[in-house]
Amino acid sequence: MEKDLWEPKILAFLCTWCSYAGADLAGTSRIQYPPNVRVIRVPCSGRINPLFILKALQQGVDGVLVSGCHPGDCHYQIGNYIGRRKSSSLKRFLDYLGIDEGRVQFSWVSAAEGAKFAQVVKEVSDKIRNLGPSKKFVNRIGPIKGVRE
Amino acid sequence: MEEIQNKIRREVVQLLSEGQVDVVIGFEQGSLPLRATPFFLRDIADANRLVWSPFCENNLATYLTKIQGKRVGLIAKGCDVRSVVALLVEKQIHRDHIVIIGVPCQGMVDRRRIEREVDGEILKAHQEGEEIIVEGRDFRKSLPRKEYIYPSCKRCEHRNPLIYDTLIGEKLVEEAERAYHEVEAFEKLSPDKRWSHFSEETSRCIRCYACRQACPMCYCAECFVDSSFPKWIEKGLDPSDVQFWNIVRAYHQTGRCVGCGACERACPMEIDLVYLTQKINRDVKELFGFEAGLDLDPPPPLSTYRVDDEQEFIK
Ligand code: SF4
Ligand code: SF4
Ligand code: SF4
Ligand code: FES
Repeated sequence: MEKDLWEPKILAFLCTWCSYAGADLAGTSRIQYPPNVRVIRVPCSGRINPLFILKALQQGVDGVLVSGCHPGDCHYQIGNYIGRRKSSSLKRFLDYLGIDEGRVQFSWVSAAEGAKFAQVVKEVSDKIRNLGPSKKFVNRIGPIKGVRE
Repeated sequence: MEEIQNKIRREVVQLLSEGQVDVVIGFEQGSLPLRATPFFLRDIADANRLVWSPFCENNLATYLTKIQGKRVGLIAKGCDVRSVVALLVEKQIHRDHIVIIGVPCQGMVDRRRIEREVDGEILKAHQEGEEIIVEGRDFRKSLPRKEYIYPSCKRCEHRNPLIYDTLIGEKLVEEAERAYHEVEAFEKLSPDKRWSHFSEETSRCIRCYACRQACPMCYCAECFVDSSFPKWIEKGLDPSDVQFWNIVRAYHQTGRCVGCGACERACPMEIDLVYLTQKINRDVKELFGFEAGLDLDPPPPLSTYRVDDEQEFIK
């Protein structure tokens, strides 16, 4: 594939109470943003098991975005604080291993921040487009089939 | 050594005969020289099988989560005791079911490095003063013990057990090297070099899971690699599956690893493992002000938070 035709595939884990609604607002407000993200809705950013992120990378996505409610705004009070600790420790560890800095990115986006959501997606996509296709920690045999198909 | 061994035996006989414990976990001579093997002592008649040597390298706290419901005497070095503390913090064991027989530790000796020092098979090994004497069919060599102790032992800041019920022998002077110099050196490499080191090392991994079995903190009833729904990881030989395993095994130690090095010593493929968990240990200290196995009070760092935790990396 020609390099300029290549577009990154980005998986976004969005908290249903904030960033997911923020994405919705971006849509209903007709704000344009790059079409590179595929969204998985989660109940809270604290629900995101680091294994989700690693599995996504291994299955060949070029980047992962994790987005939740601003500090103090979590629907479950502390889910995003707990998630933040998992994120900071995971991020540092992935950097240490030599996985390209920027493959996994994080943001706070509230339900009212449609424009911010669009901006975040743009920044994340740009950064990952610059990194190019993910090559390091990727399954080469191809995607695995689900257990219950 | 001999003296410590005798004290351990006397202490254990007393504990068992007074009925204070049902079983004592310690070491006996392994079937090969340079090896001591974990030993579960129930009958005082076997007490003279207990040994204490520079080869008692396993972390015996590993067995505590596997023999619940018994009163256990644990012969414990500094690192084993830290693991006991970490397991108590995670509420996996009961303090009043365990009698800790603490032994200040001089560091364990790297048997593989010793084996590489001689041509031919080592048939006998023992310690004489500060020397390790190894003998084979036509050689006898004396090696300075101090030069062969494991890197994790050189880094150890808590060779004296932090908590114990009885202490065998005298406390030692703590004399650790800088704890994180390997991590700092690795961080200086370029990301591509770091990744190639990690992927080359793990390319030898046969997924025997000995590293997991050796670690006191890997007590999960079902490890993520064994889960079939969700199936996190394939059984195949794709390098990324092996990398996945090694990344997650290390990452699961966040806030829990005591740096004993038992995982790396257990690895039959001699894969570098400790530089991974040491990195995590340093980050946990920096980010959350926490070190595993030192303190019974603070909760595990990933189960709690501070409002002002680092978040500059979040947009
Ligand atoms: S991960 Fe390794 S060094 Fe850390 S506690 Fe477990 S066995 Fe010890
Ligand atoms: S690797 Fe993770 S899931 Fe497996 S036993 Fe260790 S801590 Fe548990
Ligand atoms: S002990 Fe070594 S070879 Fe076995 S699973 Fe662990 S890293 Fe792989
Ligand atoms: S509910 Fe949105 S982060 Fe917890």
